[in-house]
Amino acid sequence: MKNSLHITIALLVASTLVSCFNEKERNYQYFPNMYQPVGYEAYGEGDIFVNGQEAKLPAEGSVPRGYVPFDYENTTADKARAKTELKNPFEISEENINEGEALYTIYCAVCHGDKGDGQGILAEREKFLGIPSYADPARDITMGDTYFVQVHGLNAMGSYASQVDHKERWQIAMHVMDLKAALNGNPGLLESKKQNTSDSTEVDTSEQDNDNTNDTEASNTSEEETN
Amino acid sequence: MKKVKYRNLSSFLSFLLLALLLTVSTSVSAQDEAAPDEAAATESAGGDVAAGEDLFKANCAACHKLDRKATGPALRGVADKYDRDWLHSWIKDSQAMVKAGDPQAVKIFEEYNGAVMQSFPQLSDIDIDNILAYTSQPKTEPQVAQTAAGGAQGTGDGGGGVTNDIVLGALALVFLLLVVMLFLVTNTLKRIATAQGVEYPEKEKRTPIWKAFVQNQFLVLVTTIVLLLGAGYFAFGYMMQIGVDEGYAPVQPIHYSHKIHAGDNGIDCNYCHSSARRSKHSGIPSLNVCMNCHKNIAEVAPETATEEYSKEFYDGEISKLYDAVGWDVEEQAYTGEEKPVKWVRIHNLPDLAYFNHSQHVTVAGIACQECHGPVEEFEIMKQHAPLTMGWCIECHRETNVKMESNEYYDKIHEQLAQKYGVEKVTVAQMGGIECGKCHY
Repeated sequence: MKNSLHITIALLVASTLVSCFNEKERNYQYFPNMYQPVGYEAYGEGDIFVNGQEAKLPAEGSVPRGYVPFDYENTTADKARAKTELKNPFEISEENINEGEALYTIYCAVCHGDKGDGQGILAEREKFLGIPSYADPARDITMGDTYFVQVHGLNAMGSYASQVDHKERWQIAMHVMDLKAALNGNPGLLESKKQNTSDSTEVDTSEQDNDNTNDTEASNTSEEETN
Repeated sequence: MKKVKYRNLSSFLSFLLLALLLTVSTSVSAQDEAAPDEAAATESAGGDVAAGEDLFKANCAACHKLDRKATGPALRGVADKYDRDWLHSWIKDSQAMVKAGDPQAVKIFEEYNGAVMQSFPQLSDIDIDNILAYTSQPKTEPQVAQTAAGGAQGTGDGGGGVTNDIVLGALALVFLLLVVMLFLVTNTLKRIATAQGVEYPEKEKRTPIWKAFVQNQFLVLVTTIVLLLGAGYFAFGYMMQIGVDEGYAPVQPIHYSHKIHAGDNGIDCNYCHSSARRSKHSGIPSLNVCMNCHKNIAEVAPETATEEYSKEFYDGEISKLYDAVGWDVEEQAYTGEEKPVKWVRIHNLPDLAYFNHSQHVTVAGIACQECHGPVEEFEIMKQHAPLTMGWCIECHRETNVKMESNEYYDKIHEQLAQKYGVEKVTVAQMGGIECGKCHY
């Protein structure tokens, strides 16, 4: 009898000790008021907020630092306008292009593929189908509409405005133009910039790219489309 | 006599169970095999369906699904709805038709809020016919075959679970039977023995071991000391882990699997946690980031399902997302009714310590996994590191500062390296363990 009593006590102690390590619950804290912030923390809760939710949208009409106005609505007409009008304000430099490549690898390559041929891992695994190649002649993308699509999204592609900022979008657009040129077998932005001894802007070079590519694209098309 | 009878019974029973087991398992596997045959049996009529399927997936699937509205309308049976010549010219250049004022074209164009369908001049008439043959495949038949296959697999999987249970149950029963058998055998043996007048020798009374132990004072002293030391050791260990949430894995409102997203599909951590690159916090992605993909992916592929989590379970979790973000799958539009998800915070440094993500992710170029562990393998997110001060300091002592392509600090890095007589400066040598760096 005594023995069984001892055993039950030992079991109880063991089980209480073990139950302290419940991974679904937070552990005990010595002095919780040292841990818990006095001010409101990101994603915190507070009685003074609607829904108690601390995370909020900025007040309407507020302008973030470094904001650049973007006067293009999410319409087909504005997309066509952006395609021709919208120009890259940043310098075509190795630094910007490398940065664009790194960002492209994070945000775009899962679908569009590292080469921009629309064969990213999500396409390979058939999560997304029919992702067009950047070299698709029917689309004939430019830097302007690459930027536009990043802001507004297009068809099955969502908007990336919340993930990449103004400069990063242009950096990505630069890399996209490089990919498009590489798919068409043309020199990239930096090379064509070097070739142009005149004081041409980067946008001119990208447009030149498009002009050059149209002929060669026709031959590439059949391969691209059957992919 | 009795004994022999019992033994026969047990072996007979176990054989019976084994036979039952085998029949059940074979019937289940037979079901499994039948399923793919059925699926393969779906044949087509008219047009090259296989070629059409490839073309459809390459060209159309970005905006059209067969049975569900996406960017464009669902395309199953579209060949019956419209005139074939009209379809041909629509696919080749829909905008020209809209501009020419074709009433049907204008109607569709307006119905889909002026979304422009890409023109496909490169598709030949045969290509288009193949695609139409693919889209004209009757829904019910492949669907039924699929569901039948899915169902068969489902019951097969379920059957697998059941067979396992049966095997375990049967084993338990066999063991139970054996134990009972043994008990009965010894009982009968004993009875026979007593009947035949054999007597068991009685055990001698001895001083119980605990009494002997208590009488030896030296032993008691030593044991007490050992016990006290041991208790101190464990008490210290227990006290030290208070306030440390290593392994904390709360139940989240939506079952989000990092394994599927970051592991199987190879999506970069920064894709969703984009603010880790440039802010103190590695933000929880807002739901619009989920919808970048899940606008298109409303259900998981059958092969995503695991034994633990079924396809239905995962699909249910995606519909929880739709519910939270207010997305109407049928209409493919936002309803505007949002219910923010109350994610449960896992990693939480006390307010007395300052930590900045961008400093570690962008400046130092440290992989997320260094601190968060192999998240791409976590089905359920948990805290990998203890997040104690000792843990921070250890890393700061060992990690070399990334000096490449950081010309601004070239000179000071050089001087520090000279001062310490080393080639590479660690974070600690640069002042990374000064109190004021994190506590202020």
